[in-house]
Amino acid sequence: MAEPSTPPPAAAATSGLAGLEERLFVFFDKRSRRRLVQGLLVLAAVSIPLVGDSYLLEILTNSFFYIVLCLGLNIVVGYAGLLDLGYAAFFAVGAYTTGILTSQFDWNFWLTIPAAVFFSIIAGVIIGGPTLRLRSDYLAIVTLGFGEITRIAARNLKELTGGASGLIGINRPSFFGLELNQIHHYYYVFFILVLLAVFVSFRLQHSRLGRAWQYVREDEDAAEAMGIDRVAVKLYAYVIGAVFAGVAGCFFAGKMTAISPETFQFMQSATILMAVVLGGMGKIPGMIVGALALILFPEIFREIGSVRMLVFGVVLVMMMIFRPQGIWPERRN
Amino acid sequence: MRILQVRDLALSFGGLNVIDRLSFDVDEGSIVSLIGPNGAGKTSVFNCLTGFYKADSGEIRFMDQPVTKLKPHKITQKGMARTFQNLRLFKQMTVLENVMSGMHCRTRAGALGAVLRSGSQRREEAHIRSVAQECLEFVGILALKDRLARNLPYGDQRRVEWARALATRPRLLLFDEPAAGLNYDEKERLIGLIRRIREELGITIFLIEHDMGLVMQISEKVVVIDYGKKIAEGGCDAVQCDPKVIEAYLGREDEEGAADERNRS
Repeated sequence: MAEPSTPPPAAAATSGLAGLEERLFVFFDKRSRRRLVQGLLVLAAVSIPLVGDSYLLEILTNSFFYIVLCLGLNIVVGYAGLLDLGYAAFFAVGAYTTGILTSQFDWNFWLTIPAAVFFSIIAGVIIGGPTLRLRSDYLAIVTLGFGEITRIAARNLKELTGGASGLIGINRPSFFGLELNQIHHYYYVFFILVLLAVFVSFRLQHSRLGRAWQYVREDEDAAEAMGIDRVAVKLYAYVIGAVFAGVAGCFFAGKMTAISPETFQFMQSATILMAVVLGGMGKIPGMIVGALALILFPEIFREIGSVRMLVFGVVLVMMMIFRPQGIWPERRN
Repeated sequence: MRILQVRDLALSFGGLNVIDRLSFDVDEGSIVSLIGPNGAGKTSVFNCLTGFYKADSGEIRFMDQPVTKLKPHKITQKGMARTFQNLRLFKQMTVLENVMSGMHCRTRAGALGAVLRSGSQRREEAHIRSVAQECLEFVGILALKDRLARNLPYGDQRRVEWARALATRPRLLLFDEPAAGLNYDEKERLIGLIRRIREELGITIFLIEHDMGLVMQISEKVVVIDYGKKIAEGGCDAVQCDPKVIEAYLGREDEEGAADERNRS
């Protein structure tokens, strides 16, 4: 049988960036090397609070928070291939669950997490159930609508959510008697959340369900012919993504102690989606790089003032032209 | 025993009768072919059987259960698998992963099992993998299991699709033009494979095919349709001599230019 024509992988590795990427790829192909680099990164992340000032910790904590959201949205957009423009709605569900239960019903913070998971699942099923039958572009519009509905509902249900001024006096979590009120506490809390999110994402990706998402993403009809219930599989992705955002929302509320509907605007959903696309859909390292880039870039270029958003926009457009697959795309051969 | 019974099946698209009161049976353990000129509605019949199209009226019974209104994945779960006329592989995935998709409907692990990687989940994954490898071995491309599907030559991509359909553990296998685009040797091997699927795995075969040599060589029964209507049914010899079949393929002698008119490919 004739050898099929394979795309030229090594041929691209001639110069500059492409060559660097190729060498990085070869380097990371070994499991032991990957483990080493991962270990070093975790070690670095754990030791940063010993040397960094609170400004740095604040930014990194914020980045960690966005990494969790990106990993959650990645399950929906990257794994299952569903365009979701209203992801902030699930983040709002988690934050408001914690906010309402601690400030108005005086619940312990930790008990609100299972409640938030529960409500995220309900929200995921309510929004996803009817909409996931739609094809991609319609789904995007409907999720956009639901995102806005959630925000407006939060603004108008004054008795429960405090209306436009939001909720204040949300209980901070405490951990074995230690109230978490320092930035380095939250740095570690969100870091643990990141580790957890990476772990869950990885396990899901390499499972029967993870493969089913990929089958549906690649060819819905063929997947159905193989006996895969495409609506159920998509709903799974949607609900799991919602739970990621819901849990992240709990800790967001606990850290800020105050939330308002304006936190959950469309721009929030768009920002998270942007980080996912920027990083490279479907890849866990891509999500980390994308979220870090999105949060760190405006901070690093703070000196140039509001011009930085313009520069950022230009960088994004360049990315989409020259590297549409993202910074750290899926790579297989 | 009849594994598949089709009764008065009808389907129309905007006033055009694609399938017109079609009835036929497929006996368990047989090899049956569905033939007809281009545009006769063969693939539409397959799409109705597998739930991709909803028939306007009529009934389809599979293993004595009605499946007319079921969704495609339910029908596959019941044991009717199909291949596609133009390959529909998961191109960005490996050959093995492609074939593993077939086992999805025979396994159950969910999100929690995946995250906790429980004992039963790990056993199930190993089982999926071994069944997929068996299917690849059966069609003779186990050596290619780690290659990306899109990088295989056409003939091997076809075989991936057959292996994938076998991995759903079907009772009835629908092949939509399995020989299309294959060379002579590959066709010979396909004939052998179809026989082995029936002999060794006990799976009933129902196929659409344009290659008459192949159809006549392996079929025990042939159903001929034209304009969505059944025009003949029976053994290979009887069907080949049937004047209606000859007319459908070649046109009627006394109608000048009818052959051209018929040639609607």
